[in-house]
Amino acid sequence: MNEATGSFKPGDRVKVKFEDRPGHIRTPWYIRGKIGRIERVYGDFLNPEMLAFGRDGLPKKTLYLVAFNHSDVFGKSAGTSDKVLVDIYDHWLEPTA
Amino acid sequence: MSEDHGHEHPKHELSYYAKRIYAIRDLLLEKGVITEKDIQCQIEYQEARSPANGAKLIARAWIDPVFKQRFIADPKAACAEMGIDATAINEFVVLENTEKIRHMVVCTLCSCYPRPILGRPPDWYKSFNYRQRAVADPRGVMCEFGLELPDDVEVRVHDSTADIRYIVLPLRPRGTEGWSEKDLAKLVTRDSMIGVMNALPAIPEEFQ
Repeated sequence: MNEATGSFKPGDRVKVKFEDRPGHIRTPWYIRGKIGRIERVYGDFLNPEMLAFGRDGLPKKTLYLVAFNHSDVFGKSAGTSDKVLVDIYDHWLEPTA
Repeated sequence: MSEDHGHEHPKHELSYYAKRIYAIRDLLLEKGVITEKDIQCQIEYQEARSPANGAKLIARAWIDPVFKQRFIADPKAACAEMGIDATAINEFVVLENTEKIRHMVVCTLCSCYPRPILGRPPDWYKSFNYRQRAVADPRGVMCEFGLELPDDVEVRVHDSTADIRYIVLPLRPRGTEGWSEKDLAKLVTRDSMIGVMNALPAIPEEFQ
């Protein structure tokens, strides 16, 4: 896929920023503030937050596949290893221990 | 807007959104932004794409392990090889089911769907109900589609919130050894490529 310039690599633990500001932040509410793990680096894409306002989307942002334990997000799950996987851009994530 | 604009409107009572769509269409036509022919071409293009495209890809992947590897490594190239135009998709990822891992796809923010491969999404895929419950209770949703999974199977729900479109590669049904690609494709349903259920069984359930 595309070249990736972002700072995270597969296996890194990341926290989804809990941002509540106007704009086009495509992180679903149910994972804001949650901790997940980088599963895959998809590469750089035009920044949707800028595209939504008719801008050029540059500079590009790195897109990741981030895996969350289903039970961390929704509480008790039947399958203990069940996951929710979400596609998230670099600038909506922060590193966490 | 003029009264006489050369095309029929449905006679029955329209919903709020349908009225809005027709009003926008009439304005675009009247202002010359698009033509009747553009609309017709677009409808034909949308209708020409169907889950049959996906079924062809899955059936080929079941019988040809080398093709399966290519389909997973470079899905767009694999589509081109099969005469399926996937160039409109930004990026495209194949999620392979195994005995221990089952994938399911949803778009909680809107209705992102691999349209060139599967055509238009079913109405339930766009419903608030599915979009909410697919992430919160994927096993419950699968159960309603008739798929009950043991607890030791890992369910992986993909929320396609960005530029990637996902298609599930379902497990090949038992008892289909030696089947032709064409017959196998008949077992690959749209819903099995969304991941809410298995491909159809080789032997209809009433005879099992």
